[in-house]
Amino acid sequence: MSETQLIFQLSQPGRSAVSQAPKPVADDKLSAIPAHLRRKQKPGLPEVSELQVVRHYTNLSSKNFAIDKQFYPLGSCTMKYNPRGANRAAMLPGFLNRHPLAPESHSQGFLSCMFELQNFLKEVTGMKGVSLAPMAGAQGEFAGVAMIRAYHEARGDDARTEILIPEAAHGTNPATAVMCGYKVREVPVGKDGDVDLEALKQACGPQTAGLMMTNPSTCGVFERQIEAIAKTVHEAGGLLYYDGANLNAILGKVRPGDMGFDVIHMNLHKTFATPHGGGGPGAGPVGVSERLLPYLPTPMAGQRDDGSYHWVDTDTLTTSIGHMSAFMGNAGVLLRAYFYARSLGREGMIRVGEYSTLAANYLLKRLEAVGCTAAYPERRASHEFILTFAKEAKEWGVTAMDIAKRLLDYNQHAPTTYFPLLVPECFLIEPTETETKEALDAFVDAMAAILDEARNQPETVKEAPFTQPVRRLDDVKAARELDLTWSE
Amino acid sequence: MPYIPHTPDDVRAMLDAIGADSIEDLFDEIPAHLKAAGKLDALPEGLSEMEVTRLMNDRAAQDAGAVSFIGAGAYQHHIPAAVWEIATRGEFYTAYTPYQAEASQGTLQVIYEFQTLMTRLTAMDVSNASVYDGASGLAEAVLMSLRANRKSKSRKVLVPNALNPRYTAATNAIVENQNVALQRVDFDVASGQTPLDALQGFEGQDYAALVISQPNYFGSLEEVDALTDWAHASGMLVIAVVNPTSLALLTPPGEWGTQGADIVVGEGQPLGVPLSSGGPYFGFMCCKQKHVRQMPGRIIGRTVDLEGKQGFTLTLQAREQHIRRSKATSNICTNQGLAMTAATIYTSLLGPDGLASVAGHCHANTQALADKLTAIDGVERAFSAPTFHEVVLTLPKPANQVLAALAEKDVLGGVSLANDYGMVSPKLENAILVNATEVHSDADLDLFAAALKEVLA
Repeated sequence: MSETQLIFQLSQPGRSAVSQAPKPVADDKLSAIPAHLRRKQKPGLPEVSELQVVRHYTNLSSKNFAIDKQFYPLGSCTMKYNPRGANRAAMLPGFLNRHPLAPESHSQGFLSCMFELQNFLKEVTGMKGVSLAPMAGAQGEFAGVAMIRAYHEARGDDARTEILIPEAAHGTNPATAVMCGYKVREVPVGKDGDVDLEALKQACGPQTAGLMMTNPSTCGVFERQIEAIAKTVHEAGGLLYYDGANLNAILGKVRPGDMGFDVIHMNLHKTFATPHGGGGPGAGPVGVSERLLPYLPTPMAGQRDDGSYHWVDTDTLTTSIGHMSAFMGNAGVLLRAYFYARSLGREGMIRVGEYSTLAANYLLKRLEAVGCTAAYPERRASHEFILTFAKEAKEWGVTAMDIAKRLLDYNQHAPTTYFPLLVPECFLIEPTETETKEALDAFVDAMAAILDEARNQPETVKEAPFTQPVRRLDDVKAARELDLTWSE
Repeated sequence: MPYIPHTPDDVRAMLDAIGADSIEDLFDEIPAHLKAAGKLDALPEGLSEMEVTRLMNDRAAQDAGAVSFIGAGAYQHHIPAAVWEIATRGEFYTAYTPYQAEASQGTLQVIYEFQTLMTRLTAMDVSNASVYDGASGLAEAVLMSLRANRKSKSRKVLVPNALNPRYTAATNAIVENQNVALQRVDFDVASGQTPLDALQGFEGQDYAALVISQPNYFGSLEEVDALTDWAHASGMLVIAVVNPTSLALLTPPGEWGTQGADIVVGEGQPLGVPLSSGGPYFGFMCCKQKHVRQMPGRIIGRTVDLEGKQGFTLTLQAREQHIRRSKATSNICTNQGLAMTAATIYTSLLGPDGLASVAGHCHANTQALADKLTAIDGVERAFSAPTFHEVVLTLPKPANQVLAALAEKDVLGGVSLANDYGMVSPKLENAILVNATEVHSDADLDLFAAALKEVLA
């Protein structure tokens, strides 16, 4: 594939997509703006035709791997099918044109969807209240830990300065704890992937504000001691935070509320099939147990006795941790999740957990059979699992990164690599419930072929990819000789 | 089974390969009494695509049909058809964060182009790949200014009272847990601007930054050169909060005063993103080169592959949570990729002249609207300062009451300032903030004027 020029390189002075903008405005209509506040030189935006723009970005899109094109087993990211119907519904003019500050009289349709979505999420997670306000998983984490902080502060319990986090956790967990003003203490994970309960007991104390964890964990296994963990943290006076990154594994099968969690966030762009969009937007609603209800972020949708809907905001919920955005979060993403929830219904939600787990366990067994090494071979996979290529790296000099790059040549998106950090040379693989058995088998065939190459012609793997728009990129140069914007 | 492809034969074959008798067996590590069976009865039955579509059509239709003059941080603009036709192509819509750069050159190049576009609009050196929205972007900018201003020992930032109150509230909610204090700066109730006088009390004190909003919440244009120079002379950084459409007409923040702003943030929604009840939008964030390592969020760099060919990749990742964990610049993990992609396409389609034309119509239409409305007895401009595309009007009756009456006529006549500013000045008890853009026809403006006249009669 040829190098695509930058849109700026297609620009010609005086060219424009004229029909895209209104006719120019006479300068005398701008006379109210004082000259010293006016821009002196027009900005260097591209001057291109409509066709040039359409062709350029269509061509660029073709340089992406995407769920619509490839198997995309990125662990912890839940790259499942994103229903097109959800997109069409969220793009209905009545939804698209609704201003976030429109009065409640002109918001009943939207509010009804949000109110129902709050209830669906409450039910399926076993929590007592849900706010849809946070705009991504990391912001949901922020809201969750901020609520934990608000809870302790309201009780005058200001000795709690520490958040406990298992060492395998996502990087957002410790970063979030710090953003909420806490110190982080890591808790070790045992050889079987479960938290080291004795170490946790040692770490818990009057300084413990809470524990953040994912279950199934980032090791791709269900944390079997969850009730003992909850008891330990609660007895120390701390609260339990559920990172919903892996909710897909247990949707409809086990509810975080029943496991003893006080606060959770959900990644709707994972579990509820809203698009990942090349990095966002997501949506990270939070759910809470009874004692954190007063602190939920606003706005939320409420319902009056007469059936009409209204906003719940800080004027009535004065103890709320407040707004996470200017308005109410990523509303359009929430509408897509609402579509998905309605189309699945109860049975459909239960099937999500079941079939994502079936796919992962099947893929794990098949990969083990072709010579891959599981990190936790004695454990059931959850909706994802970890392989380690430590042996291949040592014996053949072929790393997990090399295998990941070679997979691209087999038209398979690579799994998550080098995460969690505690397993050397690892892949975290999450196939999701929406892939056919044939797609899973094709991935196994690709892995078998690559392991064969690694053994017999390792250079092929080490130099991959060969079929992509670019070969391996010089990341060191990118960081040392920063080139972050185009100049002519 | 919606979205699940497995036939009964598939399931049997897969279970056989696993060595399990049933799917339920796969959950045998979960304590039985924790299982959710029977606890989900309140969830409804699933619906077909046709049924959900019908249901959501009905809901959407309930909210349609009014003419709106509400702005206050989110603006109606014409969005060329090509923008979302392309942004929702599956190759953009269903890709993820470009961790595998070789298989993500499309997304990566779009971000690099976006970064370039934003630096050119703002006249700044560097841009990130976007953050969640303008308000949370300001929170990130405030935290960034504490890291970037090494001379400042305080954890305090000056924030104008004329800043969008929703930005102040969200920023405060995000930064207060880190003991960061936002000190409010008064505005002049006659002009609707933040005067230098209001800053004099802070002279010689230690604040990490001054936030300057151009235009401010009232649509008023601030004397940004004087404010910027004052902040720099006082050892503070300048955080600019700007509307991207306005930058086609107004001095870009990189050129404010003698040195320009240090950090620039804003709501990207006006660049091709629909109102959509408040999101998904995207916040843009730019800064001077020397502060780039303090910037949060994804940043894309241009480099070469092992054959010397141009390519794009995530760079400066040592700032980010997945590498630095508790020492990261922010917990932010993603950008608002799809909205940012739309903005890149929108801005390319409009070009410098098209965007200036949009900005010009917004300004001219708002002026025309203000003229029509102030021709009604008792309706006046609240402030004397020049404005961009919003204006505050005082009414002879309480604002909330007037807006409710207008809404009954399907005219959404702006936002009341009573709750946020009634305490500051009694005249603002009866004040509304109104906006017109290029989408409003003369007939729309006349409709608003006629409706307001009736309501006030």
